[in-house]
Amino acid sequence: MNKELFEYVLRVGDDSLILGQRLSEWCGHGPILEEDIALTNIALDLIGQATNLFEYASQIEGGKRSADQLAFLRFDREYRNLLLVEQPNGDFGDTIMRQFLFDAFRKPFFERLTFCTDMQLSGIAEKSLKETKYHLKHSSEWVIRLGDGTEESHNRIQNSLDSLWRYTDELFFENDVDASLLNEYHLPILSDVKQEWIKNVENVLNEATLTIPNNNWQFKGGREGLHSEHLGKILAEMQYMQRAYPNMEW
Amino acid sequence: MVKDLSIQELEERFQEKINKDIKIEPNDWMPDDYRQTLIRQISQHAHSEIVGMLPEGNWITRAPNLRRKAVLLAKVQDEAGHGLYLYSAAETLGADREETIDDLHSGKAKYSSIFNYPTLTWADMGAIGWLVDGAAIMNQVPLCRCSYGPYARAMVRVCKEESFHQRQGFEIMAHLAQGSPEQKAMAQDALNRFWWPALMMFGPNDAESKHTLQSMKWKIKRHTNDELRQQFVDVTVPQAEMIGLTIPDKDLKFNEKTGHYEFGEINWDEFWNVVKGNGPCNKDRVETRRKAKENGAWVREAALAYSEKRQNRKSA
Repeated sequence: MNKELFEYVLRVGDDSLILGQRLSEWCGHGPILEEDIALTNIALDLIGQATNLFEYASQIEGGKRSADQLAFLRFDREYRNLLLVEQPNGDFGDTIMRQFLFDAFRKPFFERLTFCTDMQLSGIAEKSLKETKYHLKHSSEWVIRLGDGTEESHNRIQNSLDSLWRYTDELFFENDVDASLLNEYHLPILSDVKQEWIKNVENVLNEATLTIPNNNWQFKGGREGLHSEHLGKILAEMQYMQRAYPNMEW
Repeated sequence: MVKDLSIQELEERFQEKINKDIKIEPNDWMPDDYRQTLIRQISQHAHSEIVGMLPEGNWITRAPNLRRKAVLLAKVQDEAGHGLYLYSAAETLGADREETIDDLHSGKAKYSSIFNYPTLTWADMGAIGWLVDGAAIMNQVPLCRCSYGPYARAMVRVCKEESFHQRQGFEIMAHLAQGSPEQKAMAQDALNRFWWPALMMFGPNDAESKHTLQSMKWKIKRHTNDELRQQFVDVTVPQAEMIGLTIPDKDLKFNEKTGHYEFGEINWDEFWNVVKGNGPCNKDRVETRRKAKENGAWVREAALAYSEKRQNRKSA
């Protein structure tokens, strides 16, 4: 089995899964009905992406574990998602800012991943890209609306940006996994993705009259399984059925 | 032309249209009571969709696998969509969406009492889809022929989705009923808890139902509560038998002569208590919705302020 490719696919899948899980917590609690629908819809896209990616990861692993086992039965330190996506929903502004910073990364990432030489991965990227473009449009519009809305909304979303900014360097984290796959699979070069990300982020924040915080202390660890306290609680909830009733079909 | 006709003549013409199955549209003349009855019914229906998101939303984050999680998300999202069409249909009658929602939060407006029961296990997702959406379909299919055009058209779409919801619920139950002993017990327990509240969804017996007669004359309603309830029991009992679950009613028996199932007495005391606000989750459900609106106030204000700024910039 190609361990590095497996790990790479899990990363992308875990990002989708954990953010999808987080967004689905909003269901029934949105600030307006239209946003209840939108957030649920995005969650649904992300769970769909995770499903495709875990099915592929399962295949790479030779069917040792199913997609569901990969999604629901790993331990905390085995999840490879970004710290950003596991951060709590907070208020609607926190959720939107988290989504925006992530979508702005995912779009150029998937665009490049469509060119990868692994046909299955490029196929998943193509499908996910269509969804991500819509997600980015939605989150960008809300960042602008909240940033340039009322004084209260401006302050709130500026606070969201200030507290989430510290998780953004990790979007471009690379380790041996990337180094060993990059050339063979023609994977996205994350420094290129970063250039496009920062350009787009600056444009939107500018229009939203928001400022990138001066404090640029950055956290990372998610890609290597070192998470925040939040992940354990997400998993306790998400894995409940699979842990409480092992080896059953649902 | 309207001026020249007396109210009585207008009402006669209106009833003639109804009798000929001509749809009433938003700008047509209609009796005030007809309008008020529809606003009450459609907004109650919309509230039920929205409050109904909560008991199922309770299990999205704990759904047992990826497929179930995605299907449940899609289902709850459909319900939010139904709420949206229905609030829009109520708006065509002059009801303001935000005011209507405030009536829900103040307790003035009702919603389907079934959502005041808690969802305690995963099997409840099956029971709700199978029984609650199943009962809703019985109520709603005739509404596709309702005399008020916008409501009837909204219901056509709603019913298509509801029938998918009913099937997914039944599929969850069938799966559990064929699973391990724990799973089967979980399914039976959910059926035990949701059966009677599902029968109550059709409302009081015909003799007690104060709106039925007039609503039937106006063709808002096509069947009585008891007729629909009987239809539901007749369809659902064989489904339970098919998957090996037992309906929790010792008086249930098939009457060969009538071709219908006879069933036990509904606990109307419980029904009226839940309607009055004494169900296990009434307070939580309304409080959750009220909080969602309150916590989102700054977002709605920001969106409004932003769109005004944009308008001003454009015209400047």
